[in-house]
Amino acid sequence: MVGSTLRFSLLLAAAFAERATALWPWPQYIQTSERRYTIFPHSFQFQYHVSSAAQVGCSVLDEAFQRYRDLLFGSVSFHFPQPMGKRHTSEKNLLVILVITPGCDQFPSLESVENYTLTVNDEQCFLLSETVWGALRGLETFSQLVQRSPEGTFYINKTEIEDFPRFPHRGLLLDTSRHYLPLASILDTLDVMAYNKFNVFHWHLVDDSSFPYESFTFPDLTKKGSYNPATHIYTAQDVKEVIEYARLRGIRVLAEFDTPGHTLSWGPGVPGLLTPCYSGSHPSGTFGPVNPALNNTYEFMSTFFLEISSVFPDFYLHLGGDEVDFTCWKSNPDIQAFMKKKGFGEDFKKLESFYIQTLLDIVSAYGKGYVVWQEVFDNKVKVQPDTVIQVWREEMPVRYMKEMELVTSAGFRALLSAPWYLNHITYGPDWKKIYVVEPLAFEGSPEQKALVIGGEACMWGEYVDSTNLVPRLWPRAGAVAERLWSNKTVTDLDFAYKRLAHFRCELLRRGVQAQPLSVGYCDVEFEQT
Amino acid sequence: MEHRGLGWPRLPRLLELLAALAVQAVRASAVAAASPDLCLWPMPLSVQTTPRVLHLSPDNFFFSHSSTSKAGPSCSLLQEAFRRYYDYIFGFYKWHHGSADLRVGVELQQLQVSVILDPECDTFPKISSDESYTLLVKGPVASLTANRVWGVLRGLETFSQLIYQDFYGTFTVNESNIVDSPRFPHRGILIDTSRHFLSVKSIFKTLDAMAFNKFNVLHWHIVDDQSFPYQSVTFPGLSKKGSYSSSHVYTPNDVRMVIEYARLRGIRIVPEFDSPGHTQSWGEGQKDLLTPCYNGKEPSGAFGPINPIWNTTYSFLSKFFKEISTVFPDEFIHLGGDEVDFDCWASNPEIQDFMRDKGFGRNFKKLESFYMQAVLDMISAINKNSIVWQEVFDDASKLMPGTVIQVWKAEDYTQEQSKVTEAGFPVILSAPWYLDWISYGQDWKRYYAVDPLSFEGSQEQKKLVIGGEACLWGEYVDATNLTPRLWPRASAVGERLWSHKDVRSLEDAYRRLTIHRCRMLSCLYRKQTPARGKLLTTSTQTLDWLKPEG
Repeated sequence: MVGSTLRFSLLLAAAFAERATALWPWPQYIQTSERRYTIFPHSFQFQYHVSSAAQVGCSVLDEAFQRYRDLLFGSVSFHFPQPMGKRHTSEKNLLVILVITPGCDQFPSLESVENYTLTVNDEQCFLLSETVWGALRGLETFSQLVQRSPEGTFYINKTEIEDFPRFPHRGLLLDTSRHYLPLASILDTLDVMAYNKFNVFHWHLVDDSSFPYESFTFPDLTKKGSYNPATHIYTAQDVKEVIEYARLRGIRVLAEFDTPGHTLSWGPGVPGLLTPCYSGSHPSGTFGPVNPALNNTYEFMSTFFLEISSVFPDFYLHLGGDEVDFTCWKSNPDIQAFMKKKGFGEDFKKLESFYIQTLLDIVSAYGKGYVVWQEVFDNKVKVQPDTVIQVWREEMPVRYMKEMELVTSAGFRALLSAPWYLNHITYGPDWKKIYVVEPLAFEGSPEQKALVIGGEACMWGEYVDSTNLVPRLWPRAGAVAERLWSNKTVTDLDFAYKRLAHFRCELLRRGVQAQPLSVGYCDVEFEQT
Repeated sequence: MEHRGLGWPRLPRLLELLAALAVQAVRASAVAAASPDLCLWPMPLSVQTTPRVLHLSPDNFFFSHSSTSKAGPSCSLLQEAFRRYYDYIFGFYKWHHGSADLRVGVELQQLQVSVILDPECDTFPKISSDESYTLLVKGPVASLTANRVWGVLRGLETFSQLIYQDFYGTFTVNESNIVDSPRFPHRGILIDTSRHFLSVKSIFKTLDAMAFNKFNVLHWHIVDDQSFPYQSVTFPGLSKKGSYSSSHVYTPNDVRMVIEYARLRGIRIVPEFDSPGHTQSWGEGQKDLLTPCYNGKEPSGAFGPINPIWNTTYSFLSKFFKEISTVFPDEFIHLGGDEVDFDCWASNPEIQDFMRDKGFGRNFKKLESFYMQAVLDMISAINKNSIVWQEVFDDASKLMPGTVIQVWKAEDYTQEQSKVTEAGFPVILSAPWYLDWISYGQDWKRYYAVDPLSFEGSQEQKKLVIGGEACLWGEYVDATNLTPRLWPRASAVGERLWSHKDVRSLEDAYRRLTIHRCRMLSCLYRKQTPARGKLLTTSTQTLDWLKPEG
């Protein structure tokens, strides 16, 4: 098995050493040949097939055509000679797009089909997809296939690609609480995500450090909980812009409002929400997690999440639930009394469960599904069977692959993040460590494996803001992107290095401040402004 | 004048404590503890401030030359610096706030600069350049006094750091009296333009940030195995064939611009042309310079270090370094000499013969020394001084006195410092400051905690430590991540090399460095599009996490 995988990928590497080395992530099936077609920028067009369900006016694709035209040829005018006379078969001036299923105005979802086939041969230059989302993926692939000769002419090789993602949830987490990220940083990140075929932006909006999300139901949350209520906030308009920008790129926005821990910034705006910690018989003046013993808490959560459910269109919300510190709860006499009343004894996990269960009931009443961090599962909170568990801890309570086994054997769907904490940096080419992770390398039945819906690269913000976000993300997150998109057999590190180094240069050309993988250079380097 | 904290009416017990500290401890550290609002970086030798504030108006304030100053408007170095610092102080804010009306209070109208000795306006900074200065901030005219322009540059930086905007947006400064001079004369940053090319623009930006941190040496590791971007006039083939591409090259004009840009900021450019190892890229453009490696009796096709046995090698190097010595005005040239791989030399039959003839036996360190000695002689013949990596000292039987040894190996580096200084050689310390080695979290604290004189040795030995360098090797660094990886991590080294040895409170350093980072953000990123202006707000809360990479 191992042997055949290796042989397969070596063959791939050999077959594509020269052509198509810019493809990232690697498609499921690809065949290319030496035959080249010239592309003339000024006459090249994207065109809907007459029988396509999507036609002119489909915002997702209309805008994508414009974007990819700019990415391919730049927005400046060209001085190439106008092609004269009749077209030759060695020219390609049209990419014809055929989308089978109608639907341009909806949001992408976990169930969205992203398959596409791309055919470039003597007869046609044709992109076929089930949905507009698949067409977006195909356009990205197409843009990576177009090369530029040293003389400056554009060309594409004869190519046949059939492609689809291995996992439906391919996410990237950004943390806008530890450091605020300007809207432009988020939008730029969404662009690069699309280049990597990521399809979920996990937005860890708020945390202990700050509350930049501007709630219209509870404006004090931001007024008192943000770093700076004038500048370091996301207004309703900002959030809408992020969601729409993401939608146009086939990216879901998974909003996380982490409770009951990681909520210190909620406190100033909602008096009585957090647990007052006690020092002996007196309040110490500090606060702990959300107070699970008060009805007010649940009333607040109910109103707050009603807003969140309507602001964020995705079916899923991320409810957090990680790293709840019990010491403050333990110190509080009201909580102690509540524990006694509920018969929880000294087991604070039961209190946590009580809180989370109540919260999950609230959120599911709004017709939402939810993702939670693994502690919710570890602490045996009773959750609905369709809950998604995100595995993030590398070693505790068990190795993460064991955790994947446990989560799936309990019948829950799982997301893998543990090996992909990109905020953890080390010297050298650590993308390899990220790349070699196999998300299904745990003991389990095929049914269990089918419960792994994907994974996420996480960029926590303790030491990251817009000064270093981009080079720290790219191209490292690309390693996760390929692992989640490409076939299980695509594992050869040398082949990956070649393509990723090439892709990184392409990112530079597209203006992305992606850091180097090793020594060397790109034709177009990043230029400081 | 009184220490700023002493004027605080509350907390009498704290005051007693502070007063006691001020008496006991060395001036600098006591002041640091007593001035919660002062965010100078690096901390000056002595700072006194009062609660009395002065206001500055962008429309009225100007820098001037005192009538007794030896420098005047003809000193372009100072004129340029005045313009730069006016811009740092007011330029950015003007954009966003307009000029705020001055409210009641004393106005600070000018900073009068006085240079006491020959100003050295048109010379290049040297290791012996006097960077000391005295800054007296009072209304309506403040004064900055220094022996040379180099001290003025340092003082202007400090002055700009004293100014803040009050609650109403008014530019404000506390009456202060600062006396300052550096602890070490050699305070460097190493950049590596061979593993990845760095554009002249990136180098300029680095020089700007260096000046904010009072660094005064850019150690330019300009070539190495991977590429040879230095365009030599004498040997144009070196970069033509050895650079990554024709656009990854420093032309003579680029080099001149870098040297001048650095000079205007009081920064020396020390070029490094590392040999005999780390020279693969030289071989492309210079035939028969590198040692052909052998596989048994046949040349393997691969090449090793520079071939130390041929006369042609030395005639090439002699011409080459002659050019280098005229292109780079600094009195020092870094000759490298690190990590020489002996395998290829050992495989080569001609070298084996040469070893036998010279009586070196199988000791290739002797061959290495033979080579280095020849190059060192060459350099002293052209009236330059040499800096070399520590291996040259470690492997040498004898070494020309005065050769500066750069200690870089992390293992037992204090022992190495003892050895080198005991032998009477000057030392530059880099071992604990390899900034390309990244890790999670606040690694600046590790850099900050180092004391360059913590090795065992006599007073005389300690005096031989001329300073240190933060090294940012380029294997994984290019223009995309250079700035965040350098700053503010290198700032920790900057303060360690400038400030008094007793300035070492991590807590106070964290507080000051956080503000200093925000200050650098507003300067370094000033020219970026206003659309991303949210980053540029001076709200300090946002930025109170120090990133290890910037």
